Amino acid sequence: MWEQSIRDKAYERRLFRARAIVAAVLVVSALLTLAWRMTYLQVTLHEKYQDLSENNRVKIRPIAPNRGLIYDRNGILLAENIPAYSLTLVPEKVDNLQETLAFLDELVGVSERDLEQFEKRSSYRRRPYEPVVLRQRLSEEEIAAIMVNRFYLPGVDVEAQLIRHYPHGDAFAHVLGYVGRINQRDQERIEDDEESQRRYSATSHIGKTGIERRYEDILHGDVGYERIETNARGRLLRTMQRENPKPGTDLTLHLDSRLQLLAAELLEGRRGAVVAIEVETGGILTLYSNPGYDPNAFVTGISFDDYEALTSSLDKPLFDRATRGTYPPASTLKPFVGLAALEAGSTTWNYKVRDPGWFQLENDDRFYRDWKREGHGVVDLEMAVVESCDTYFYDVAVKTGIDDLTPFLGQFGFGRDMSVDVISAVSGILPDRDWKRATGRGPWYPGDTVNLGIGQGFMAVTPLQLATATAVLANKGKWEVPRLLAAEDNVPTEFPHGDIPDITLKDPSDWDRMFTAMDHVITGRHGTARALRANLDFPIAGKTGTAQVVGIEQDAEYDSEALQERLRDHAWFMAFSPIEKPQIAIAVIVENGESSGRTAAPIAQSIINEYLGGAEG
Amino acid sequence: MASTDFSRTVSTPSQHHTFDRSGAFFARLHIDLILLLLLIALATTGLAILYSGSGQEIGMVKRQAVHFGIGTLLLFITAQIPPRLYQLIAPWALAVGTLLLVGVLVAGVGAKGAQRWLDLPGPLPRFQPSELVKLALPLAVAWFMAKRPVPPRFRDLLQALVIIFIPTILILKQPDLGTSILISTSGLLVLFFAGMSWLLIFSMIGIVAAMAPVMWFFVMHAYQKQRVLTFLNPESDPLGSGWNIIQSKTAIGSGGIHGKGYLQGTQSQLEFLPESHTDFIIAVLAEEHGLIGVCLLLALYALIILRCLYISSRCETLFGRLLSGSMSVTFFIYVFVNIGMVSGILPVVGVPLPLVSYGGTSVVSLLLGFGLIMSMYTHRQRK
Repeated sequence: MWEQSIRDKAYERRLFRARAIVAAVLVVSALLTLAWRMTYLQVTLHEKYQDLSENNRVKIRPIAPNRGLIYDRNGILLAENIPAYSLTLVPEKVDNLQETLAFLDELVGVSERDLEQFEKRSSYRRRPYEPVVLRQRLSEEEIAAIMVNRFYLPGVDVEAQLIRHYPHGDAFAHVLGYVGRINQRDQERIEDDEESQRRYSATSHIGKTGIERRYEDILHGDVGYERIETNARGRLLRTMQRENPKPGTDLTLHLDSRLQLLAAELLEGRRGAVVAIEVETGGILTLYSNPGYDPNAFVTGISFDDYEALTSSLDKPLFDRATRGTYPPASTLKPFVGLAALEAGSTTWNYKVRDPGWFQLENDDRFYRDWKREGHGVVDLEMAVVESCDTYFYDVAVKTGIDDLTPFLGQFGFGRDMSVDVISAVSGILPDRDWKRATGRGPWYPGDTVNLGIGQGFMAVTPLQLATATAVLANKGKWEVPRLLAAEDNVPTEFPHGDIPDITLKDPSDWDRMFTAMDHVITGRHGTARALRANLDFPIAGKTGTAQVVGIEQDAEYDSEALQERLRDHAWFMAFSPIEKPQIAIAVIVENGESSGRTAAPIAQSIINEYLGGAEG
Repeated sequence: MASTDFSRTVSTPSQHHTFDRSGAFFARLHIDLILLLLLIALATTGLAILYSGSGQEIGMVKRQAVHFGIGTLLLFITAQIPPRLYQLIAPWALAVGTLLLVGVLVAGVGAKGAQRWLDLPGPLPRFQPSELVKLALPLAVAWFMAKRPVPPRFRDLLQALVIIFIPTILILKQPDLGTSILISTSGLLVLFFAGMSWLLIFSMIGIVAAMAPVMWFFVMHAYQKQRVLTFLNPESDPLGSGWNIIQSKTAIGSGGIHGKGYLQGTQSQLEFLPESHTDFIIAVLAEEHGLIGVCLLLALYALIILRCLYISSRCETLFGRLLSGSMSVTFFIYVFVNIGMVSGILPVVGVPLPLVSYGGTSVVSLLLGFGLIMSMYTHRQRK
C-alpha cells in the first residue's frame, strides 16, 4: 500500500512534469507568436503606422487668403474687408446642443433666423470639427458676455473673421455685386476641380454677382497652410510650420465713384440707369441702376423676409437696368440711322423731306405719325436730328432698307454684348429678316423698317449698349470695348481689341457734321434738349429719345395725364462731351420719365459737368 | 518524457535551496525569492509604463503602488497559510462564490446591460463575485481531482466538468463572456495537469470549435458580436468601435524597433490611444520603447510563467501541483489575451495586462494568486 502510494506519487509527478513541459512549450511558443506579431507591426508595417501616427497628430489647416480690394479710378475703396466677430459652434464638441443654444440666446440673443441659418450650415457637407457660425457681427458687450461664460460653453467660440464690406452700399450694388457664403451649388462647382478645391479649402465666401463674381479668380488669392499639432480632441498644441496665404489681387476699376454717387443721387426716387464711358479707353465710368439694394445684407446672409421684400417690389431693385434692362432706343438711334443712310447713299446732308406730320408707305394706307402732329415742314438731316423729326427718318430708313440698315447699326455693337467684363450684360435685339423669321414673327415688312428708323418696334438696347455706341460714335468709329477693370495690383490691364472692326465712313466729315447736328440738339433754338443750354459748362453733343411703353392706338389721343405713371414713356438721353475732343459718352434712361429734355438730359449733363469739371479743376 | 536529471533534482529538494543564504531565509518565510524578484521587476516596470500611460499622472502611479503594497502583503500572508487549509476551504469557497453569483443574477447591479456587482451593506465596497470565483474554481477543481486517482477516470472528469460549468454559466448569464471563458479555462487547466488524456483534450477542443457558430447565433449578445466583427475588420468603423484597435496598432507600429522614447509617444501622450493606462497599456510601451521594450517585457513574463511552472512541478502535493500549474497558465492566458487583443490578433475583450495595467482588484488578486503558488511550493508536509 505504502509502496503503491510511493509509485503512484512518482507516476503522478512524472505525469505532471510531462504536462508542465507541454504547457511551457505552448507558453513559450505563444509568447513568440506575440513577439512575431509585434515584429510584424513594428518592423514590417512600421512606415505605414509611422505615417498614420503623424497624420493623427499633425493636421494641415488651410488659411483663407484675404480677398483683393476693389478701388475706383481715384483710389477710393469700393469693397474692403473689415474684421467681424462671429459666434461659432463646433457641434461635435457641444454636449447638449439645445441647452447650449438656449443659454447663448439668454446671453447674446439668437434669433429664429440665426437658428434656421445655423441648421442649414450644419447640414452642409463640412469637415469634422469645423466650426459652424451661429451669429455674426457680435458687439463688444456680446463678446464679453460669451467670454465670461466660456467655461460653461464647450465647443463655443468667438471667431474674428474678415468680412466683405461695401462702404457705398446701394450705389455700387449692381456693378460690384457681392460675395455670399459658399452654398451647396458653389461647393459642387468648387469640388469639380482639384485645384479650386485646394484653393477654396479655407474660404467661406465667394463672389456671387457683378465684379465680385467676374473677377472671383483673381480676387480670391491663394490659400495658405499651417501644420499644427493637435491632440485626439482636436485641441491645438502648437503650430509647426506656416505658409502664409497669398492675398487676392487688388482691382482698380474705371468707375468714378463721384459720378456713380451723383447718378444715384440724381435718380433718387426714379427707376432708371446711367452708363458713362470714357471715350478714349472704353473704361466704364458709371454703371448705375436705380433702385439698388444693400449688398452688405447678402454678405452675412439676407433674411428670407428681406429677400422677399426685394424680389416682390414693383421697382425690382435686384434688376440691373444698366446691363440687363432692354428698351427701344427710340430717337437716340436717329444719329446712327442718319449715318447709315448717308453711308448707303440714301440721303445726303442736303436731301430734304417734307413732313406733314405723318409718313406713308406706297400702297399702304397706314399712317406713321410724327411726334409733332402738325409736322416739321421741310427738313434736312441736321434739322431732323435737332428736332428729332420722325418722318425724315421713316423716309430714309425705308430708302436705306433693312439689309443695309441692320449691318451698319451692328457695327456700333447693337444686338450683341461687346463688354469684356460686365458679367450680367445682355445683347438686346437688333432685328433683321433672319431674326424676325427665326423668332416666329413672320417675314420682314417695310413697316418694320419704318419703325426701326426711329428706334421703335423690335429693336431693344440696354443703357450699356447705347452708351457704348455713343462712345464709338464720339470716337469717330474707333472701337474701345467697354470695360470695368483698369488695373490689377496697380498694373494696368490690357484687353484685346475685341472682334469688332472700327467703323470707317466713306466721307469721314460725316462724323463732324453729325456731331454738329447733335450739338444743335442742345444749342439749337428748336433743339429737343435745349433745356440744357442753361447749365452748359462744356459743349455737349446729344440726342433725346422717348421710348413708348405700350403701343398707342392709331389716331388715339395721346394723353399722358390719363396714363398710369408706369405706363408713361421712358425718357432716354445719349450724349458725349466735349465735342471737339470727346472724353465722356453717356446714356441715361429714366423709366416713365416722359420728357427726355426735362428728366434724362439734365442727369446726363450733371454727370458730364461733374466729370469734366472735376478733371479740369 | 521526464528526464533523469529532472527527477534527481526533485528527489533531493534540499539541494535546490542552497543557492544562497537569503534564499534559505526566504524559504523559511515561504517565499520564492526568484519569483518575488521577477514580480518586483515586473511591478516596477509596470509603474514606469503607467506613469507614461496615465498621461504623467503621478497620483495614479502612487495609487497603483499602494495596490502593489496591499497585494504584496496579501502575497506574504497567503504564502504562510499551509496548502492543507486551502484544500479544506476549497469546496466551500466555490460554494459561497457560486451562491454569490446566483445573488448577482437576482439582485446584482451593473452598467451597460451587464450585472456583475453585488452591493454590500454599509461602508463595504461593491463586490464582484466573479473575482472570488477566479480563485475558488481552480482551488475547488484541484481539490476534487487531488482526491481522485491519476490519470483521472472519465467519470471523475465528468463530475469535474460539472463543477466547472456551473459557475461558468452563471457568469455567462451576467453577461461576461471574457471572464466566463477565463474561469472555465482555469478549471480545465487543472484537468489538463491532472493528466486528462490527449484524446479527450482534442475532442473537447473539437467540440468547442463546433460550438462556436452555436454561440454566435444563440448565446452571444449584440455588443459581443460587434466586438468580434470589429476585430475582424476594425477599419469598418474607424471612429466607433474600431477606433481603439486602429489607434493601438498605430501606436505599436509607429514605435518601430527602438521606440519614440520614454514619455515621447505621440499616440499615448496626445490622447489618441484610448485606455492607455488600463487595457491598452502595452501599446504605450510598444510606442515609446519599441520592439526591444516589448520583447524585454515578454521575456519577463516568460521567466515568471516558466518559474511558476517549474515551482508547480516541485510542489509536494498533487493538489498544490494542480492548483499552481493551473494558475501559472491562467496568468499566461491573461498576458496572451491582453497583448493579442491590443496587437489586433484577438478580439477586444476587457482583460488587463497583468501587473502593468492600472487597477486595484486585478493587482491584488494576481499577487494573492502568486502567494498561493508560493504556499503550495514552500510548505512541506510533516511526515
